[in-house]
Amino acid sequence: MIPVNSVVDEIPARPDPESAEWIRVLAVAGPQQEAALARLHEMLLRIAQREARRRGPRLLIGGPELEDLAYQAAADALMAITGKLGQFRGESRFTTWACRFVILEVSAKVGRHFWRRPDVPLEAEDWDRLPGRFGFEPAQESEWRDLLAALRRAVDTELTARQREVFVAIVVNDVPLDALALRLGSNRNAVYKMMFDARRKLRAALAANGYLDDDDSGRS
Amino acid sequence: MNGRAALDRFLRTDPRDVGCAQAMEMLHVYVDMVAAGGSAEQRYPGIAAHLRACGPCGEDFEALLAAVRDAEG
Repeated sequence: MIPVNSVVDEIPARPDPESAEWIRVLAVAGPQQEAALARLHEMLLRIAQREARRRGPRLLIGGPELEDLAYQAAADALMAITGKLGQFRGESRFTTWACRFVILEVSAKVGRHFWRRPDVPLEAEDWDRLPGRFGFEPAQESEWRDLLAALRRAVDTELTARQREVFVAIVVNDVPLDALALRLGSNRNAVYKMMFDARRKLRAALAANGYLDDDDSGRS
Repeated sequence: MNGRAALDRFLRTDPRDVGCAQAMEMLHVYVDMVAAGGSAEQRYPGIAAHLRACGPCGEDFEALLAAVRDAEG
């Protein structure tokens, strides 16, 4: 994976006039700041509610619990934004920078709710569900049986214990990556990196044995 | 897309992929560029590669883009 720090450094840190005005009024206590905070909270709450409603049903969250999640996400985002105002460098519009906080808050909170479901598998491995995950048709089983058997062998022989655990949870058991990161006491980036390495190893193993094209251009 | 193609696509990794931390750090910049009709994919190929491969970050990208477009009315 490559860094983007050099790209960040190239961006001029000069806020547009509207963003500069947000920063100006939010920085000084008084009626203008209070009005700006109210506007910002209203915007964050609207976004949080829409995102919570969109993502909630997938995780069986609804009703007052979903509203509570949205309110909490908006409140936490507002606190993070006011605490990090000095970090806004003007690389984007202020409102885009601010909205990112509430989107990430909703993501994190939805991930936490996943483990409240009664039907969550983690230790169990239901490999019979794997064909469906990738859209393999039962009628054509003779065409994919060997491929998926080879995949399963590669999962057992090519991956480290931790990579295997992550692969099985995400791919076989359909656990969301953010929820898994919480369960493992890790974070999204670390779990993604583990999956990234697992995917690379598995594809290499399948290609080496003739199950997939031996094309390592590596670009999707 | 058949199962074999879907599995192949899923297992492919892009060496330009910057990972979640850096993609999320730059998400607001990337989204503003996309919303403005700029060539974000060409400017930030590592972020574009990541957003294509990472479900949660891709979802956050779509959500932030929708929020920005809504605000623009």
